Amino acid sequence: MKLTLKIWRQKNANSKGQFETYQVEANSHMSFLEMLDVLNENLISQKKEPVAFDHDCREGICGACSMVINGHPHGPMQGTTTCQLHMRHFKDGDTIVIEPFRAKAFPVVKDLVVDRSAFDRVIQAGGFISVNTGGPRDANNIPVPKEDAEEAFNAATCIGCGACVAACPNASAMLFTSAKVAHLAKLPQGRVEASRRVLRMVHQMDVEGFGRCSNISACEAECPKEISITNIALMNREFFRAAFKSEESPM
Amino acid sequence: MKLDAHIPPGPLAEKWKQYRGTMKLVAPNNKRNLEIIVVGTGLAGAAGAASLAELGYKVKVFTFHDSPRRAHSIAAQGGINAAKNYQNDGDSIYRLFYDTIKGGDYRSREANVYRLAEVSLNIIDQAVAQGVPFAREYGGLLANRSFGGVQVQRTFYAKGQTGQQLLLGAYQALSRQIATGQVELHHRHEMLDLVIVDGKARGIIARNLITGELERHAAHAVVLATGGYGNIYYLSTNAMNSNVTAAWRATRRGALMANPCFVQIHPTCIPVSGDYQSKLTLMSESLRNDGRVWVPRKMEDVMALREGRIKPRDIPEEDRDYYLERRYPAFGNLVPRDVASRAAKAVCDEGRGVNASGKAVFLDFASAIERYGKAEAHVQGIHNPDPATIQKLGKAVIKAKYGNLFEMYEKITGDNPYDTPMMIYPAVHYTMGGLWVDYNLQTTIPGLFAAGECNFSDHGANRLGASALMQGLADGYFVLPYTIGQFLSDEIRTPKIDPNLPEFKQVEDEVRARLEKLLNNQGSESVESFHRRLGKIMWDYAGMSRNAEGLDKARKMVRELREEYHREVYVPGSMNEFNPELEKAQRVADFMEMAELLIVDARHRNESCGGHFREEYQTADGEALRDDENYAYVAAWSWNDGEPELTKEPLTFENIEVKTRSYK
Repeated sequence: MKLTLKIWRQKNANSKGQFETYQVEANSHMSFLEMLDVLNENLISQKKEPVAFDHDCREGICGACSMVINGHPHGPMQGTTTCQLHMRHFKDGDTIVIEPFRAKAFPVVKDLVVDRSAFDRVIQAGGFISVNTGGPRDANNIPVPKEDAEEAFNAATCIGCGACVAACPNASAMLFTSAKVAHLAKLPQGRVEASRRVLRMVHQMDVEGFGRCSNISACEAECPKEISITNIALMNREFFRAAFKSEESPM
Repeated sequence: MKLDAHIPPGPLAEKWKQYRGTMKLVAPNNKRNLEIIVVGTGLAGAAGAASLAELGYKVKVFTFHDSPRRAHSIAAQGGINAAKNYQNDGDSIYRLFYDTIKGGDYRSREANVYRLAEVSLNIIDQAVAQGVPFAREYGGLLANRSFGGVQVQRTFYAKGQTGQQLLLGAYQALSRQIATGQVELHHRHEMLDLVIVDGKARGIIARNLITGELERHAAHAVVLATGGYGNIYYLSTNAMNSNVTAAWRATRRGALMANPCFVQIHPTCIPVSGDYQSKLTLMSESLRNDGRVWVPRKMEDVMALREGRIKPRDIPEEDRDYYLERRYPAFGNLVPRDVASRAAKAVCDEGRGVNASGKAVFLDFASAIERYGKAEAHVQGIHNPDPATIQKLGKAVIKAKYGNLFEMYEKITGDNPYDTPMMIYPAVHYTMGGLWVDYNLQTTIPGLFAAGECNFSDHGANRLGASALMQGLADGYFVLPYTIGQFLSDEIRTPKIDPNLPEFKQVEDEVRARLEKLLNNQGSESVESFHRRLGKIMWDYAGMSRNAEGLDKARKMVRELREEYHREVYVPGSMNEFNPELEKAQRVADFMEMAELLIVDARHRNESCGGHFREEYQTADGEALRDDENYAYVAAWSWNDGEPELTKEPLTFENIEVKTRSYK
């Protein structure tokens, strides 16, 4: 299949970017990233600079992919990361527009590569259970109802890619943050410091420059792991309860 | 050189306990002044860095990813072993130890493996305390399943995303230490060389991948937790950026590389579909709990399948060859990986492969769906359920167990594995070989430690399923934090290491020269094209089966390719910018050298054991033929500028009877 690609090119964080147009020949068995590999091989053979994009596992779990394809983070297929998207979902002659995830908190590093370390700092603010290595009690001394364990697991499958932020008109990180809050809040081990956790993580989210949530739910629609917005509702409940009773101010 | 593994004295079951109780300690006030560099943030690196920081050491962590959470441990699917015996099926520390030694075809150290089995219990406790959401039974207790090469259920799991959940647990523990300032995180930094001062590892040269600058980082000790070298083969289940550079550079600085020819080829991966392919995707071994592996008996059915005239389900039971169940009745579809891979290759070499390229076998869930469907109907009180109900209920059970794997398969191939069998073929997955380390996980360079897949220590010639997560976390959480104290307790009088020492400048200059040479090369071929060619040589001659003639040829080919690479490669862009092609270029340069060492090791080991199958050494029915008299040793190599030198560490078995491995 012959494709026209309009790709965002930007030398570094400080320079202005623009779209460039390329032609590429692909076949329907390729993954989207393999199609970009073909483009890059062509560019290198013409001694031109290849398109920079983040990628690693190519099996939908590392969360490195960070591109918007035809207006959708990770492209048009629901519940699918860019690396898992295959060219059989495109047609011969298609024009495909590719740009980086865009958000104030995710500055562009180069071309389609962005800096998502803001997410790491949100986790550092409280997305953990404070337990040192060594000496915990036997694992089976903490029974967890199967349903709770499954709900915690579902929230914990977030891959931290940032598609939720890219999808949101306000560039809010509520889905990402709430998934971690919900994962830990659902488990008895995580209840102990639940109040402190939610207050600190929400505060950090604001510090990083992520926007407010206005219940548009584009995040859920575009999430490649189909993380539910019920997590946001849970986080809101946790937050108000914590803010109300906590001695620690909501900052 | 004589290798001393520093195995502590005492009976096997007491060694680790006694050693821990008599180790030298570092007082808290001294820990504060001791710095440790940890390279890599996978299970071993993140767990190690977090635990060392909790103890009070000052830790600097390096990852080339944009976030520590993206390390390739995240992609591990099936599970993690631990000898908890929660299922009351006769499991014990000894049995896990025994299975691991046997699974590794008697090419690993008894003391190390026993310690691994011992601390496996703590790992599960630790992970649960951190909030890792393992699968549970209705009673709220932890669930288990089986993996290859064992007859008990000791594998803990979180659907097909166990690695993700365990890594996030370690990442969160690490994040907590970053927040306290005890760990300094350097993301998008790649280690490009090791700095040795007065014979001890004292720092690294890292490239800031965003600005392109070379940086010097100094510490009292360096820990490498940088994963394996499977990407030598280009196509593998490894992530695209996984590489051997850190370990290889350490080897070039004097560490020894042990058993590089022990490479695990995983039997159940999605087959190659074209020349453009960039990587292969694993389908978890856990699927072999319920999936049955087969090919047609008759060639006419094979041809009809390839031409699309019939569907797999059209072939009647009696015309199918469930070859693992036939050849290995005791373990059936759950034989270890090396055995299952070779058996798949054998039926495909006979011409019975089921896809167009002839390189695929079926992994079929029809009988499991039926079995689970009937059981579920019974639970729900449905008597005489009709076939549609059985199918519906059975598929729901399969979905709960393996849902994400089935989805992944469908996304890649476009086929729905609930209705038609999966097609699978072996692919490079894991490397048992790695940096030689003693019982303390210290390499032959004092102060340089290696943890996780990056070392060679516990899996012998073949790793059992669900044991990589166990080893990575064992090293990181429960071994290294103790054993590194043995080295650091003698360093409490060593002041902060100065990165302006001439040794640092010297190595930095060498790194810069290497990178500039690549950038200034007047070639015209891409790095990628060379990497593909290297991978093909390795797969053809040093892959699933090897022979002396092929290996000799491959060594020559790799040397020629390496020369051509340094003559013809073209690397775009410049040094002081974000330049992924330059990153790849230096990684592939290192793969080209490591590949030769792998071949040399495979050529020298005149026996078949575990993942190393030499065609000259097999039994009449095609099983691996080990030579314990001549090869019961760890082969530790120095690079020596392309003329590798061998040092042997003999393996002695005092607690286990060395037998021919049989899964029949």
